Amino acid sequence: MNDLLEDLRRHFADRLSLLEPFGQHVAHLLYAADIVDVVSLLKARGFSLLLDVTAVDRLGREPRFDVVYHLYHLELKDWLRLKLQVGGDPPEVPSVTSLFKAANWAEREVYDMFGIVFRGHPDLRRILMPDDWQYHPLRKDYPITGVGPLPPLARE
Amino acid sequence: MAGVDDHAVMFGNLNRLTAWARSNSLWPVQFGLACCAIEMMATAASRFDLSRFGAEVMRASPRQADVMIVAGRVCQKMAPVLRELYDLMPEPKWVISMGACASVGGVFNNYAVVQGVDRVVPVDIYVPGCPSSPEGLIEGVMQLQEKIRRGGRPLAPAMPPAGEVARA
Repeated sequence: MNDLLEDLRRHFADRLSLLEPFGQHVAHLLYAADIVDVVSLLKARGFSLLLDVTAVDRLGREPRFDVVYHLYHLELKDWLRLKLQVGGDPPEVPSVTSLFKAANWAEREVYDMFGIVFRGHPDLRRILMPDDWQYHPLRKDYPITGVGPLPPLARE
Repeated sequence: MAGVDDHAVMFGNLNRLTAWARSNSLWPVQFGLACCAIEMMATAASRFDLSRFGAEVMRASPRQADVMIVAGRVCQKMAPVLRELYDLMPEPKWVISMGACASVGGVFNNYAVVQGVDRVVPVDIYVPGCPSSPEGLIEGVMQLQEKIRRGGRPLAPAMPPAGEVARA
């Protein structure tokens, strides 16, 4: 695992900074453009399972969002957490669906809940909220009872 | 020649007779939305045995049912589906709102949950509880039977058209 991290650092020296290890997880911080490269390299090095793609809204910080990727190495039985800082309106991240099909629904969920747009995603629609829902509920500035008109409670 | 006294004869007006018959053969739609549905299942199962009160024939098709037990919180996305199920049920039909969430949104005072199923379908009986106990639901069913025997609500009232329901 340590060799692997060294390898990563060699490849992405200037764009990858090691954050604090948390339990068995090691978190890395990177910038939006590189995520496909990094995940592709990690996949080639044996991190063959993408467990989750999620996000954190750090309202008030710039860039505002963290997109978090959880990867698992089936042979080393080791985890890797990648954190990606994104800002902008709308925040945009390249999709990793070309590498992991599992990213499809996870990225749709992040899009639905945080409004983060995944460039290159084959089918970026809302997955949990109704199609005509407005705004993104898990953003920190979203009021708990919602905003805007409600979707119709009955079909015409 | 046999007299009236030789047979069991019951007199009554036809409305009361049909109401009595209807009230003792309620067929609920078999669907549940959340944890109240677990209590609803328990109500129908052997320990609490809803069939003692003639309301155990849970139908998987709303076309064959005449009472809808809304068991659980109704989310905004489920509301149109619930309304469609209700519209598919033949008249006469009744609705029991089971538990705090179905009745008023319960603890879910948020963007995702409808704050009371009576915004979507007309409700006859509200059963309190979080979740309602099987005894509570049985009491609700018996109250509904009483209401039907009294001749309550022969036809479903009109609901506001879609999209005109205000936020709480």
